[in-house]
Amino acid sequence: MKLVLFGGLYSNYLALEAAISDATARGVDAMYCLGDLGAFGPHPDRVFPLLHDCDVACVQGNYDDSIGNELDDCQCGYTDPRDNYFAQISYDYTLKNTSDENKVWLRNLPKEIRLHVDGLKVLLCHGSPRKTNEFLWESTTSTGFLKRLCMEHDADVIVGTHSGIHWQRALPDGKRYVNVGVLGRPENDGQTSVWSTILRTGADADPNAAMCHTGNAVVPISVDFIPIEYDHLRLANEMRQQSLPDEFIDTVLNGWWTTCLEILPSRERRAGRY
Amino acid sequence: MTMSMNMESPSIELRALDELWFQVAGTVCNLTCHHCFISCSPQNYSFEFLSYEEVEQALLDSVEHGVREYYFTGGEPFLNKDLRRMLIRSLEFGPVTVLTNGTVLKSEWLQELYEAEQRGRYSLEFRVSIDGPSPEINDPVRGTGTFAKAIDGVSLLCEAGFLPIITMTQTWDDSQSLQILDEFRTVLRQHGCDRPRLKILPRLKIGAEVDRTEGYQLTERITPEMMQDFDRDQLLCHHSRIVTSRGVCVCPILIESPDARMGDTLNESMGPFQMQHGACYTCYQYGAICSNSTLQTATSQATK
Repeated sequence: MKLVLFGGLYSNYLALEAAISDATARGVDAMYCLGDLGAFGPHPDRVFPLLHDCDVACVQGNYDDSIGNELDDCQCGYTDPRDNYFAQISYDYTLKNTSDENKVWLRNLPKEIRLHVDGLKVLLCHGSPRKTNEFLWESTTSTGFLKRLCMEHDADVIVGTHSGIHWQRALPDGKRYVNVGVLGRPENDGQTSVWSTILRTGADADPNAAMCHTGNAVVPISVDFIPIEYDHLRLANEMRQQSLPDEFIDTVLNGWWTTCLEILPSRERRAGRY
Repeated sequence: MTMSMNMESPSIELRALDELWFQVAGTVCNLTCHHCFISCSPQNYSFEFLSYEEVEQALLDSVEHGVREYYFTGGEPFLNKDLRRMLIRSLEFGPVTVLTNGTVLKSEWLQELYEAEQRGRYSLEFRVSIDGPSPEINDPVRGTGTFAKAIDGVSLLCEAGFLPIITMTQTWDDSQSLQILDEFRTVLRQHGCDRPRLKILPRLKIGAEVDRTEGYQLTERITPEMMQDFDRDQLLCHHSRIVTSRGVCVCPILIESPDARMGDTLNESMGPFQMQHGACYTCYQYGAICSNSTLQTATSQATK
């Protein structure tokens, strides 16, 4: 099986279009999005028709729960006044510009999706299987902890997003944790591209793929992170027209995070410019 | 001794052992801060240093619990001559945070630790306690000359390649917090810290702080009603334990309270805890102030 997994969209419908085209060209069997459809970008309603037309099954992120239920804030889990200030601008804009119909749809999304793929138990969630807005960063998440999550949640492969930077870790017995990153904005790496993830199992995996042991079976598994180029100049223009903050537009144009910095562990923070 | 209201205090289960702490220097510190919640000093040996072997055994025991990250505190952790070896070993198990006063750091130690961090996949965070952006605010609480020494320590950390988190215990009115944060960012930039990470901690009114100001009122306690619909992850005792020279305790704040001792080993220390202390109320109000992930930049941002 070959699946494409999208992280937070953050209203970046142009990146979503590009990622769907890329996945279609690769001949994927199914498409999934792990939540946080809105935030950051312009025109939040524009991602919905793309998701519906291409049968992209979605998990509910913290943002979707907030918009769907018209809560006061995004529940992103920031701890800094400046980060919360920008998050609130984005949230108020998204709440105001999301249709009632789409709010109802967001409200009814599942918190997780469980798949059985070539005998593997694959768990799709937003932050972590136990908490929608839990940040799982590569440098602050032990292998022992991920192994525990797999055991407690009966999964061979756990797939999440929320933190905004892609990474993966092979666990004992070939289990796997995958953070798919996000389509919504660049990864704080100075590049304008965003990231999509392809999960291949069984006969679709690489010939030399790592093996995942599940029950009495042994299943090969490959994970590929795909950089997605899209018309980021157009996105930046539309954000400007919508009076979204210059700090957000700067990230789209230059690839460095200018907000949400205080939540970053030191290693991920040092990899960025600000 | 902390006053208690046993009959009305709610109990909390350990959801899972996400964070394992080490009281690695006991209550021994080169400073004698007037607000220290466990009255650490150069003469306070009521809790003693942990040995390398004790830390390593706890690390090995921690694996089956799926511990996510490790914290080292004291006293002043760097007074333990085996600390660097312990940190390097711990980085093989998971991410590590050290809480230090920053006054005894040496460049060669930090270079060794930075190289150890770079060899592995996990982060090594430093949290440096400095209680304000100037000697006038810091030194009356932490001791004469400690501001200058701690700022030098921050400079050494930055030179070595780290991005330290500075934690300030709030001894001023909430309305001054944003100004103090701004001033401190400027001071830190002047000392080689171009990306200041600042957090403000509330005072814990136990230990030496009781003599400096006051203790908790009996009304400052968590009640069963307060726990309804409350996010228990905001409480450290819901996801942490601390290894000390006197056994495993519920959290780094309450180690001097007899009821905080949960057992001799990690496996014995997984039981529930009755939140009967004033410090529990502070943790409830401000979120698990000891964890990196729930540290607030300003206490005025506290959600409760």
